[in-house]
Amino acid sequence: MDVLYEIWGSVMRNKMRTLATGIAVASGLFLMIVLQGAGNGIIHTFNRNQSGFSFDALHVWGGWTSLPFDGMERGRRIVLDHRDEGMVNLRFPNETKGVTSIISQSGLTASYGTEYLAGVELEGIHPRYAEMSALKVIQGRMIHELDVSERRKVLLMSEKREKELAPRGKSLLNEYLLIDGKYFRVVGIYEDDQMSSQTTLYTPYTTVQTLYGKGTAIDELMISGKGLDTEEKNESFEFRLRQGLGSIHSFHPEDQSAVWIWNQARDNEMMNRASSILQVSLWVLGMLTLLSGVVGVSNIMLIAVKERTREFGIRKALGATPWNIIRMIIFESIIITGIFGYIGMFAGVAFCSYMDASVGNRTLDFGVDKMQYFVDPTVDITTCLWATLVMIVSGAVAGFFPAHKASRVKPIEALRA
Amino acid sequence: MIKLSGIHKTYQGVQPLHVLKGIDLHISKGEFVAIMGASGSGKSTLLNILGILDDYDEGEYLLDNTPIRHLKERVAAHYRNRMIGFIFQSFNLIPFKDAMENVALPLFYQGVSRRKRNELAMQYLEKVGLRDWAHHYPNELSGGQKQRVAIARALITQPRIILADEPTGALDSRTSVEVMNLLKTLHQQGMTIVVVTHESGVAYQTQKIVHIKDGIIERIEDNVDPTASPFGNGTIMK
Repeated sequence: MDVLYEIWGSVMRNKMRTLATGIAVASGLFLMIVLQGAGNGIIHTFNRNQSGFSFDALHVWGGWTSLPFDGMERGRRIVLDHRDEGMVNLRFPNETKGVTSIISQSGLTASYGTEYLAGVELEGIHPRYAEMSALKVIQGRMIHELDVSERRKVLLMSEKREKELAPRGKSLLNEYLLIDGKYFRVVGIYEDDQMSSQTTLYTPYTTVQTLYGKGTAIDELMISGKGLDTEEKNESFEFRLRQGLGSIHSFHPEDQSAVWIWNQARDNEMMNRASSILQVSLWVLGMLTLLSGVVGVSNIMLIAVKERTREFGIRKALGATPWNIIRMIIFESIIITGIFGYIGMFAGVAFCSYMDASVGNRTLDFGVDKMQYFVDPTVDITTCLWATLVMIVSGAVAGFFPAHKASRVKPIEALRA
Repeated sequence: MIKLSGIHKTYQGVQPLHVLKGIDLHISKGEFVAIMGASGSGKSTLLNILGILDDYDEGEYLLDNTPIRHLKERVAAHYRNRMIGFIFQSFNLIPFKDAMENVALPLFYQGVSRRKRNELAMQYLEKVGLRDWAHHYPNELSGGQKQRVAIARALITQPRIILADEPTGALDSRTSVEVMNLLKTLHQQGMTIVVVTHESGVAYQTQKIVHIKDGIIERIEDNVDPTASPFGNGTIMK
């Protein structure tokens, strides 16, 4: 405390110098925070626009064979069916959390009164679909087991489509939509995500199966993996999955086009890697900016030490040890970088909030699709804590050389008239 | 109190300069001594050695029976802080501290709490008659006042000796008298004081005058009656 008081005197005394130094540090930190904020904006945008797929699920669709197998020509159509789900459960109990079949019927028109939506798709799902995907019901309820077992004509629709069908803000919950000559009751509204087209209406699996005569065929198999945290594990899992499907549908295990597998875990992996590269490079940029501030502080402190040679001489003559002097200069440096660093940090955070309030909420609207391009460009408390640590360290580093120099001042200097 | 024997000091350089060529000097407790000499005689170097601001090459220096030789900076700082009170020609007050804070500074390096040392500083300022100027900054004080602040600062640690380097060098004759009278009062209270000066008017205020010439002690003069100085009592010839 006493040391701080001692330092405060000299900081206040050299106002001009303190200010000049401070501005260098403040702008450095300001830029660092703004860069971080902007970077976060981009990363958050990735994540937000990805949120519809944010679960690490594997999606499998049937394709056409590209290799002859077991005496059969290539170019055969592979249609997935109900056996596949059982096969996954049987063969990969340790690598999967869940598996579900999906059947869909597209190219439909849904109408409500005089309003209608063209090009909608009915997707028949099981209740467990909700746990495996990012589907989020915000009003009403999810499809449940009774809906499936009784083949009820109920559906979930997106928030945005609801607004289109009921323009005057009327809730469509528990209303009936006419689809392909049949009435479906709306039991739930799901949250829009930024990426998907939101023209999907979710309905019980058995309903689509029965209405459209799908039999045992399915359109998509969705698998959520467990412990598939490395590239190799994912690759091996995909390979064995293909093998398993091949044994049911008689295609070559190496046939890449017989079934299409899309592994989100690997996509996310790539996305995460890109995000972290971006984050690291922004830190590096920010640090370099800060470094120039630190060099500035160091430089000005060096000049200040030269100017204050006499003062240090006096202090030493009066009994200051070299360590007393070093400590004083380093603390002084830390205090200057700290105070102005915080000013810069606050300005940066304020600017980020401003960005958030202005461009942060702007969206690109493609009509059917909507995309936010700058989501929540702010920094979190961890970044601020790190920045504080960086400031203290850089303050100490900036003060080190001047302090060393000051501590070498000979007290005889003070005696020179 | 001070025992110097055979002190040699050479400044190394392109042309080494042998400044002190064997100084033997005893100063007892309670003595008031002047070291006189022309510039270049080595008197400032001697004072630096006495004040542990500089090291010497040969000989022995005992300060209050403590050998002073090749000390680490930390130890030297400690001894300076505890044993020696400095008074400088150019006062050497810290410009951004007020009189009280300047006086209190040596105690800061002893780790005395701020309240305690400010309290003590006020007492010592009172002794030098500057209580009312306690919160003035050095640039708001006259030369004589600054030197009195410096004296208060030298006294606050209750040192064994006071070393004064040309204490009146920057003062006019009237304030010089004030400062010398203050030093004389301290001497009467039992303080050991060493003054370095080239002004005989100052030197003759003391009890013992050590004349230095070319790095050796030329002679030591006992000044039995300082009031009988050739320049008369109460004045200092400038």
